[in-house]
Amino acid sequence: MSQPKIKTLKAGDTLPPLALPPVNRTTLALFAGASNDHNPMHIDIDFARKGGMPDVFAHGMLGMAWLGRLLTQWVDQRQLREFGVRFAGITHLGNQMTATGKVVETFEANGEKRARLEIQSANQHGEVKIIGDAVIAY
Amino acid sequence: MIDRKIIGMVFPAHSATVEAGQLRFFAKAIGETNPIYFDESAARDAGHPGLPVPPTFFFSLELTRPESNWREEAGIQLPRVLHGEQRFTYHRMAYAGDTLKFEGRVTDVYDKKNGALSFVVMETKVTNQRGEHVADVNKSLVHRNG
Repeated sequence: MSQPKIKTLKAGDTLPPLALPPVNRTTLALFAGASNDHNPMHIDIDFARKGGMPDVFAHGMLGMAWLGRLLTQWVDQRQLREFGVRFAGITHLGNQMTATGKVVETFEANGEKRARLEIQSANQHGEVKIIGDAVIAY
Repeated sequence: MIDRKIIGMVFPAHSATVEAGQLRFFAKAIGETNPIYFDESAARDAGHPGLPVPPTFFFSLELTRPESNWREEAGIQLPRVLHGEQRFTYHRMAYAGDTLKFEGRVTDVYDKKNGALSFVVMETKVTNQRGEHVADVNKSLVHRNG
């Protein structure tokens, strides 16, 4: 898969959204192993309950990886300059996330045209769980 | 409450070699559909020398830092930790086979909500085996003091 080269961008342009499958325990187990994040809060319900949580919940970095997919399905990763998020809420089992983004400004820096994006991830109830931003070159 | 004496603490530098098999496992775990992240020939066709390290995987590589008890000494209890913020600044790509060096430190500790929450802010510089600056990784952890 190769992305078409983006030639023009303006504030308000939107990224093609990325719809994700509902979070389940298998995904969390796989992500724990693949991401080196072995924190039992995400894979061991007994540990999560001792920590005051009703059940295991998704790794924040799983949601951020999905936002990374939103970006790299749209632009080549070689054009990605910055990518940051704030985790605004816990992503629970059964949450079905959709990642979205839009251009908020274009500017020039380091001799290249760049765009600043606002990105977010929300569940099927419209609850925003991750709010972020990214800078790409185009 | 988290002991503010950890502000400025420098973690021992450590290195991690990027393994293609783990990148493929990561791609599977996040449902990646773009073959440049799991198929070497697709990556090469797209002009990459190998499987790229995807944007957030530097966080995972940093987690290979050898175990130490700095959290316990600072009063951090794992069940009380949530991820607050995460940011990556990219300077060049990294690929399977690269050996990346992670140099991290604690840059701030502060409280919010009258001490109900503590924030621990860390930043890490990532360089490759040629000494080139690959990325900067910033994270903040939230500790529920309760």
